[in-house]
Amino acid sequence: MPPSDVTMRVWRGDAKGGAFKDFQVPAAEGMVVLDVIHTLQATQAPDLACRWNCKAGKCGSCSAEINGKPRLMCMTRMDTFQPGETVTVSPIKTFPLVRDLVTDVSYNYEKAREIPSFTPGPKEADGTRRMWQEDVERSQEFRKCIECFLCQDVCHVIRDHPENKKQFAGPRFLMRIAELEMHPLDVNDRLELARAKAGLGFCNITKCCTEVCPEHIHITDNAIIPLKERVVTESYDPIVWLARKLTGKS
Amino acid sequence: MEAYKTYDYDVIVIGAGGAGLRAAIEAHGQGVKVALVCKSLLGKAHTVMAEGGMAAAMGNVWKEDNWQVHFRDTMRGGKLLNNWRMAELHAKESPERVLELEEWGALFDRTKDGLISQRDFGGHRYARLAHVGDRTGLELIRTLQQRVVALGIDVYMECNLQRLIKDGDRVAGAVGYWRATGELVAFKCKAIILSTGGVGKAWKFTSNSWECTGDGISLALDAGAEAIDLECIQFHPTGMVWPPSVRGILVTEGVRGDGGTLKNAEGARFMFNYIPEFFKSETADNEKEADGWYDDKKSNRRTPDLLPRDEVARAINSEVKAGRGSPHGGVFLDIASRRPADYIRKRLPSMYHQFKELAGVDITKEAMEVGPTCHYLNGGLRVEADSTATKVAGLFAAGEVAGGLHGANRLGGNSLSDLVVFGRRAGLYAAEYVRSLKSAGALDGGQVETAIRTLLAPFDSKGRENPYAIHADLQECMQTLVGIIRTEGELRKALEEIAVLRQRLARAKVEGGRAFNPAWHLALDLHSMLTVSEATTLGALERKESRGGHTRDDYPFADDRYGAVNMVIKRKDGALTVTQEPIPPLREDLKALLKETK
Repeated sequence: MPPSDVTMRVWRGDAKGGAFKDFQVPAAEGMVVLDVIHTLQATQAPDLACRWNCKAGKCGSCSAEINGKPRLMCMTRMDTFQPGETVTVSPIKTFPLVRDLVTDVSYNYEKAREIPSFTPGPKEADGTRRMWQEDVERSQEFRKCIECFLCQDVCHVIRDHPENKKQFAGPRFLMRIAELEMHPLDVNDRLELARAKAGLGFCNITKCCTEVCPEHIHITDNAIIPLKERVVTESYDPIVWLARKLTGKS
Repeated sequence: MEAYKTYDYDVIVIGAGGAGLRAAIEAHGQGVKVALVCKSLLGKAHTVMAEGGMAAAMGNVWKEDNWQVHFRDTMRGGKLLNNWRMAELHAKESPERVLELEEWGALFDRTKDGLISQRDFGGHRYARLAHVGDRTGLELIRTLQQRVVALGIDVYMECNLQRLIKDGDRVAGAVGYWRATGELVAFKCKAIILSTGGVGKAWKFTSNSWECTGDGISLALDAGAEAIDLECIQFHPTGMVWPPSVRGILVTEGVRGDGGTLKNAEGARFMFNYIPEFFKSETADNEKEADGWYDDKKSNRRTPDLLPRDEVARAINSEVKAGRGSPHGGVFLDIASRRPADYIRKRLPSMYHQFKELAGVDITKEAMEVGPTCHYLNGGLRVEADSTATKVAGLFAAGEVAGGLHGANRLGGNSLSDLVVFGRRAGLYAAEYVRSLKSAGALDGGQVETAIRTLLAPFDSKGRENPYAIHADLQECMQTLVGIIRTEGELRKALEEIAVLRQRLARAKVEGGRAFNPAWHLALDLHSMLTVSEATTLGALERKESRGGHTRDDYPFADDRYGAVNMVIKRKDGALTVTQEPIPPLREDLKALLKETK
């Protein structure tokens, strides 16, 4: 094999079955995994299914598992791998396979629908909405989310236990609840939802979601942990809670 | 003929970018039954890539700003080819539409007084763009998407509608397929709103996603509607040029809005050499004044780095041609030496991220290499300004797919506001049209079956043409022959090549099954790309002048005779034709607004 080729092992198949298939593609400077997939489609595997839109890390469509790690194909440069290394691309595991690299992510759209919508309080006396930059920044961090669903993919609560999907919204939507809770204008209360329906308690803070977030959002530290704290404060007797905390007994 | 499912609605909206989402929200609010149908997953449309902001004369940063100034800037940026009524409505209604997004949960960056902050952009006299860092499009699409979800509007994702069905003179439905399964589907409806975006994927170096294949224009032309000024293609001056795999990806104008400047290989700020007569009185002619303008707009004129996009793109093109380009055939965009690193990371986080990860460039330390990239369709479907109605009864269009508002060149920031202003109007007037109907049209089974046969044809083809190869050749053709600078000879050659590509498309063969088969999807999208490419080229041949996003090397100046006409494209006996039709005369009170300078 000439050194200017890259070898890519890509999952081919659908819900009924399939297998990894090896392909060789000429390397080009700066190319990303999605470029290799596009080259494959144009030259060797015209019906190779994958989702993509912006090819710039802004839409979150081309999520896949690259050498086992959940990543965006458009933001993974081929030169981050060892020369000659076979790069394996498989569909994200947590959602049902449609075909090749495309999965059925409708779970995420269903979870989005379960969260009560943004509800603003009354306007200022002068008819404006005044908010301070430092106050909007907390929720703005979460609104950077491009809905690639890599955090949902990596979260072991549903990755290893699909039966939890019914009672667990996943990091993306726990973060959405946190975003609304921290929104300076919102007056809706979603804490009981977070606790009961969205399954906040399932999260045991392993931070896998934060690690894979291509937007580098601190999902666990800035969204989920504060949300857990709010739920605890709200749901349990604060004095008992404090006593527990102080004595270390649960 | 295989079975297909039929859905029944009052209004279907095709395309779920900013315009489609806003249209669906409005139609729903008007009490009609609406479906939103989109090619991708919800929230992934090309709107998501808009970076800099949405223009609205809110006066939060400069109280001198008002709709009249915004109207004037838009008209002048468009080289007066604009539909003045659209420009008026847009300037008047944008602030309200921005505030409405806030009511639906959008979190814009703030001023010190806690109001929505506004940033400088090319061609805008005052800092006017409401923004969220450099990811304003994401904020817009997410806010509208969440509103659609909150209202419980029916959304059909990854459903590609490919043909319109008519009942006599009016629209009656649409036919397409589900990407996941390849099964066919029909929608019966009383009105259709097209919000399908542009056609950037016909060019090789483009900021556009795979979806931007001109579907709406092609569908509407086939149905009997007209398009205008398709030759006015916006080449955004600053796309990435290196490495090759990222060539064309957008670098926001916000970099210049926030203080960045363009330099050639000699380190010179060359834009001072490219100030056209038309903008001389309002543009700084020296570096001191240009740099002073960011903070003091009263005693300084605007930096030439922020001339309208067509001017800047042409200037970069000329510098590279003259041998003063950067190593990879662009020019330098430098903000590193002009603003503190913290400021850059705060104001332009996604640019920082994009260059760091894709090009290995730290934009707080080094200059970026940039060059023009195909970005936006200034022209589009011919619509009635107030109602967004096309010539075909029941067919409406809003957003990039519609023409008129931007004239020959769109100002940055005027797209996001266009989406919500005219998206809302499309929803409103489509609902009104539906209510005015005495009876629903019939979905003619014969037409549906004909449509289905053409959609499935690539599977049964006897030919061997590869759709990806046809697409690559089309992109090469449009890039080299219908690019930034055009000549009659090259345009004629392009028409010949497009005709050959069309013959090749008829012989396209798709391998594999129907389920999520991208080769099939591309073969179908190529039909629209070829139609719009041909229409663009026809308009470009006919417009024998240079204006905005249309530059003719053989007619290098603007010509008043052409400035008074739209190039109108329609189908006649199956073939595309172009005619010149006069632009309606400007209303007297608006005329006065244009005369005011500085």
